[in-house]
Amino acid sequence: MSVFIIRRLLQASLVILVMSLLVFFGVNVIGNPVDILINPDFTQEQREAAIRALGLHLPIHEQYFVFLKNAVQGDLGISFVFGEPALKLIVQRMPATLELAFAALFLSIVVGIPLGVYAGLHPESIAGRTIMGASILGFSLPTFWVGIMMIMLFAVMLGWLPSTGRGDTVEVLGIHVSFLTWDGLRHLFMPALNLALLKMSLVIRLARAGTREVMHQDYVKFARAKGLSRRRVVLVHVLKNIMIPVVTILGLELGSLIAFSVVTETVFAWPGMGKLIIDSIQLLDRPVVVAYLMIIVFMFVTINLVVDVLYSLLDPRVRLQDLKE
Amino acid sequence: MNLSGSHLVGAIVAAGMFLAGGASAEELRVGLAQEPSSIDPHYHNLGPNNSFSMHVFQPLVIPDEKQRPTPGLAESWKPIDDTTWEFKLREGVKFHDGSDFNADDVVHSFERAPNVPNSPSSFALYVKGKTVEKVDDYTVHIKTEEPYPLMVNDIWNIYIVSDEAADATTGDFNSGKAAAGTGPYRFVEWVPGDRIVIERYDDYWGEKAAFDKVTFKPINSAPARVAALLAGDVDVIGEVPTADIERLKADDGVSLFQGVSNRIIYLHMDQFREKTPFVTGTDKNPLLDARVRKAISKAINREAIVERVMEGVAIPAGQLLPEGFFGVSETLKPEPYDPEGAKQLLAEAGYPDGFGLTLHSPNNRYINDAKIAQAVGQMLARIGIETQVDAMPANVFFTRASSGGPDNSPEFSFILVGWGSGTGEASSPLRSLLATYNPDTGSGASNRGRMSNPELDALIEEALQTVDDEKRAQLLADATDLAIGELQGIIPLHYQVNTWATRKGLTYTPRTDERTVALMVGKE
Repeated sequence: MSVFIIRRLLQASLVILVMSLLVFFGVNVIGNPVDILINPDFTQEQREAAIRALGLHLPIHEQYFVFLKNAVQGDLGISFVFGEPALKLIVQRMPATLELAFAALFLSIVVGIPLGVYAGLHPESIAGRTIMGASILGFSLPTFWVGIMMIMLFAVMLGWLPSTGRGDTVEVLGIHVSFLTWDGLRHLFMPALNLALLKMSLVIRLARAGTREVMHQDYVKFARAKGLSRRRVVLVHVLKNIMIPVVTILGLELGSLIAFSVVTETVFAWPGMGKLIIDSIQLLDRPVVVAYLMIIVFMFVTINLVVDVLYSLLDPRVRLQDLKE
Repeated sequence: MNLSGSHLVGAIVAAGMFLAGGASAEELRVGLAQEPSSIDPHYHNLGPNNSFSMHVFQPLVIPDEKQRPTPGLAESWKPIDDTTWEFKLREGVKFHDGSDFNADDVVHSFERAPNVPNSPSSFALYVKGKTVEKVDDYTVHIKTEEPYPLMVNDIWNIYIVSDEAADATTGDFNSGKAAAGTGPYRFVEWVPGDRIVIERYDDYWGEKAAFDKVTFKPINSAPARVAALLAGDVDVIGEVPTADIERLKADDGVSLFQGVSNRIIYLHMDQFREKTPFVTGTDKNPLLDARVRKAISKAINREAIVERVMEGVAIPAGQLLPEGFFGVSETLKPEPYDPEGAKQLLAEAGYPDGFGLTLHSPNNRYINDAKIAQAVGQMLARIGIETQVDAMPANVFFTRASSGGPDNSPEFSFILVGWGSGTGEASSPLRSLLATYNPDTGSGASNRGRMSNPELDALIEEALQTVDDEKRAQLLADATDLAIGELQGIIPLHYQVNTWATRKGLTYTPRTDERTVALMVGKE
């Protein structure tokens, strides 16, 4: 077992190292941050001084080694724009993104599963077909466009919900959250729904497929033969069994919800990590871009590592296979 | 041209009424296109930061909405000899933390401004070569080695902070601990990415602020910003996209305010390489020939660009700054559209069949930048210059345009760019864009065409040493005549016009420096 974990850890570190190379060099080809950050009135001499102040006069591989040396000690660099540690900036904005991601996850489950189960139970009905049609739209409409349309409808025309920002927050265990205040909830709803649409459609499809499959299984027939109410059959026996694939997939999708909330955060001016990364790319704030991508890589690698370890615990064949190689 | 003068007049009249009207208990919410990166007024010398600083901090001299100097913490100023300026400071001014303002604060601020750690873009530019001396508590002398007429335009960028908090760091400003200025608003809090809050400072020395509280919300995405205004989530927005202007005009709940800016959109041409990389169909660099540059200028229908691409919101340009700015030429007018004359000039220059050219442009820096480039490309094709347009994001474009070629030379042959005059007069674009590129003197820093003309350099140099306003204005006008009229060193397209939108009942006084500032918001 420990051999397996050590191997996986080594592999994970290698992935992180390779990604740091790709990200660091990739970001450095885009352009020189100084051209965006300095006042255009600067003379050549002052521009040169700004380049030195940011350490950009060093050859790229030297910059990389400096970065690597600091990164190992947990320092991912100082933001060019804000002059504060990049890691701190990202961590500051993480709660907002996590809140949005979990709210979206919650919405996609509570809306997606009932609709999916209904569509699975009544595949030929008008309602069932409508749900499936809507899920196709949910998959294919671009998030940016849907976000703007939602703002136009709910904020501009109907005036029900605020169009932008995070609203009032309260502090819980040192973290600011907005879902505990009415104003915060009103601000949270539209961006969360926008972010949830894609996952919701996914859940609908998974739940529908699962329901259709499970309904023909012997144990469902048996339960019905036993005289259980249809309600109990669906809510207990069917639901439990379709949850397995749904939970597996959503667990994996949570990572992408966090990493790719960029568009939604931009449209709704939600002060999370995604908005920070977009701003940072536009301003060529390299340390923040690199730190953000490194954190995301780290997150995915960790999730995969945990999944691998869990699999090996659940299924001895996995680690045996590994040992034989 | 659709830009109505009545908007401008209306805005100015309304601003006057607001000054007379005084304040009432109210909150103002402003949708910002760009968030400042710090509250420290000496940290980042760039538009969004300098705009925000104006509320909380003040320089000795404050540029008004047309970038004319007005008394700030200095009540009066004058040159007392060729190299010394005297500033008489305002007495009885208190910082937000209760400390008194005097000459020590000025000396401290001028020392601190160029030396803030980690500053991505420092204020050294404005302090360099100047020695600040305290004469008495309320008199300051600023000395230079050479006669320096732009003193006031430089020092209005240096915001005065209290010397009580002498070793305050940028972090202390951001947290509010040290963010004490003398401005009409005091700093309350900054939640990065979400909001900046300021409130009225009741002991302000001048006209009290119009609002009890102002909240700035950063909303980068233009459609989202417009939507936030329409939804009533913010009261004022800047950088209204031209495509939405017609729609907003029709909306009864919204007022629009437009004003010309100090920013010219222009074309810059490679004037230093014998063979230039993005020209095809000829072995030479045709852009070295002034006749070819003139031909390109004649081929461009500026009225059409303004009407169609800019939806009427721009002013065709014939020089570096619009009418009314200091040092502009009386004689230069926008080049009339004349494709026949252009073809003739091309033929005279030896290119009767034209040549191929690539126009590079940013696509997210200036209003409709990529669309303008496409329009220019089509117009040039009509006189036989087959033009390709290559538009790219600003963060890629500027590095390549300034130093993407061999030995850090400009990479492109023909680019579309803009220039805003930070000083609010003509020497800024002349010195940066048209004077010979020279790292030793700092001239021509943004001269991406590397045009070089000794006669022009001498005129600009002389103007920058002439303290007498009238003489300097004439010299700058002469330099402009030579640089644009005769040499066609750059091709002016139009002056950018900026649009602000407010909810009904509020007004905005447009600023030529394009800043979105709560101080410009008034009540009808």
